[in-house]
Amino acid sequence: MGFILISLIVLIGITSYFLGNFRAKNLRTSNQKNLKSLSHYYGYYVALWAVVPALLLLLMITSFKSFFIEQYVLSDFIALGSYTETELSLLFTQIENTALGIKLFDENTILIDGAVNKLNYINKTIENLTYVTVLGLSGLLVLYSLFNINNKLNSRKIVEKFLLVLYFTCSLVAIMTTVGIIFSLLYETLRFFSQVPITDFLFGLNWSPQRVFVREAGDLDTRDLANAFGAVPLFAGTFLIALIAMCVSVPVGLLTAIYMSEYASPKVRDWAKPIIEILAGIPTVVYGFFAALTVAPLVRDIGQGAGLTVSSESALAAGFVMGIMIIPFISSLSDDVIKSVPQSLREGSYAMGATKRETIVKVLLPAALPGIVGSFLLAVSRAIGETMIVVMAAGLNAKLTANPLDAATTITTQIVVILIGDQEFDSPKTQSAFALGLTLFVVTLALNFIALQVVKKYTERYD
Amino acid sequence: MKSIKIKADNLNVYYGEKQALFDVSMYMEEKQVTALIGPSGCGKSTFIRCLNRMNDVIDICKVQGKIEIDGNDIYAPDMQVEQLRERVGMVFQKPNPFPKSIFENVAYGPRIHGIAEHKSDLEEIVVTSLKKAALFDEVKDRLYDAGTGLSGGQQQRLCIARAISVNPDIILMDEPCSALDPIATARIEELMGDLKTEYTIIIVTHSMQQAARVSSRTGFFHLGKLVEVDKTETIFSNPSDQRTQDYITGRFG
Repeated sequence: MGFILISLIVLIGITSYFLGNFRAKNLRTSNQKNLKSLSHYYGYYVALWAVVPALLLLLMITSFKSFFIEQYVLSDFIALGSYTETELSLLFTQIENTALGIKLFDENTILIDGAVNKLNYINKTIENLTYVTVLGLSGLLVLYSLFNINNKLNSRKIVEKFLLVLYFTCSLVAIMTTVGIIFSLLYETLRFFSQVPITDFLFGLNWSPQRVFVREAGDLDTRDLANAFGAVPLFAGTFLIALIAMCVSVPVGLLTAIYMSEYASPKVRDWAKPIIEILAGIPTVVYGFFAALTVAPLVRDIGQGAGLTVSSESALAAGFVMGIMIIPFISSLSDDVIKSVPQSLREGSYAMGATKRETIVKVLLPAALPGIVGSFLLAVSRAIGETMIVVMAAGLNAKLTANPLDAATTITTQIVVILIGDQEFDSPKTQSAFALGLTLFVVTLALNFIALQVVKKYTERYD
Repeated sequence: MKSIKIKADNLNVYYGEKQALFDVSMYMEEKQVTALIGPSGCGKSTFIRCLNRMNDVIDICKVQGKIEIDGNDIYAPDMQVEQLRERVGMVFQKPNPFPKSIFENVAYGPRIHGIAEHKSDLEEIVVTSLKKAALFDEVKDRLYDAGTGLSGGQQQRLCIARAISVNPDIILMDEPCSALDPIATARIEELMGDLKTEYTIIIVTHSMQQAARVSSRTGFFHLGKLVEVDKTETIFSNPSDQRTQDYITGRFG
């Protein structure tokens, strides 16, 4: 029903645009009326009246419909007074199923058959009513707005006002989503912390949520909980891998950016830049194989050759490959920023007798620093949030270690591990994923905040 | 007659296929202001940028002919362009202070050329340069504030201070006042009068009044050719070429 009705509304909208446009043109020529806006704005005006209220009405009907139907269908049962809320909703499901021809139980047949008839009747009626009211409203408003076109009406202002409201609503959607996500994270996290103390989570050194899962729920012991959810190994692993990744990507990325912006001829730049940017477009799973099948064994072999103990899954391999993946984030952004430093500054420096290197180090990089720091931070947050490479190359072993040759695990990887498979949502194990998610969120937020402060301080001094 | 500081001989400059300067030959006297005038696109900026080899930065630019400063060919293969630019400073059309503090802007040249031995030397150079550029009194309390925070006229004087910080012989000025208001322009012109006691100044300008006010010799460029170069009074009162006369009386350009 919805699709046909919406198509009809859109059709009315398109038609009414032409009607409004046509009427405005007619008024302009025949009556010499001095309309305040161009005629197509009257088209938009009429079309808006045709579409927007009708869609809002449809939205309202669909959202209240089910409640109303349920009340009506169940009225006989409610009158009996012997059913609880849950039983009523089960009953309603049963009625719906019966209406579709699925019969599971045989009790209360007469009442249920009556209710099925009621359901079919009310559904049909509401569908018809919806068509009549929505299309009727649309048509009436088209007529109203068509006759409303006169030289006092400034449709351009109304259309602009509507767009303003629309833009505002769209931005509100994004904001509300963020707020919603934060609150759901917070809610689950608080539930988690009601079972596991927050200090144990933040400062505990042992992460083994599987232990809780293996036991029967009734056996849950506070001592088990206390020792299972220490997130420090995850924080350390995340930090270690991100650090290795940055050690790879910052020098390579920055030097690439300098070469691309200051040394490469336009021709080289034209083909080299897109190729580097492809690095960012490779799916992370592919980097994952590369890390697990090529780099990790290589690291192990080299390490063993040097007489070191290297596990087959190592933080170094994952961090290295992740570093390669985020090179384009740094090189491409920094390249653009360095390139956008005004040519006059380069000339000023050359005219002082500075060499190219001096110009780059002493004038261009400082001038571009806020943007370069921004690119580093983008890369860091990408590295912290990256999951797939770590899952495949660094292992899942939550061991507290600073040795890059050992296996390590990160926050995001553990969230994946926890939420894979069947889960009960009231187990502390599942809820710990939300706590990890919130921690990650807070860390990223803090990073961004610090970055903004650094950039601001720098800009105040030099700009 | 004063001694000759710069001598250009049959200078031809090409941007790719397009020839921008045709057989320009002229000399400039030491510790004098030489003005270059002419309509837009006539090659006067191209010419001045040959004097400190700023055209080297542009890949497609080719320079033929000879320019001598104190008798040395600046396009000779063994000429170090960084050292040349240390001796030939430049001030640009738009003030272009670096996004650093006022102090660091002026200290930039002495630092890269290793002129100052100690921090106190550097401070002295900065203060003297700012004084010579008639900016010191206005900024002495905020030497460590951003150079880009100054007004346009102050920024341009900062650029002049920056140019003279390495103690050059010659200062090239490429329309230094075109982005400034009349008061700031007057200050810069006044400053040029002071500076010419120490430096040889070559100024490109669109304003004929400015050329008349500040310079002792003036060259008129038109369509890439040096039409006429002579004493400023002669150019403005009794030019020998019809095109010069037309230009200075405002009939074109």
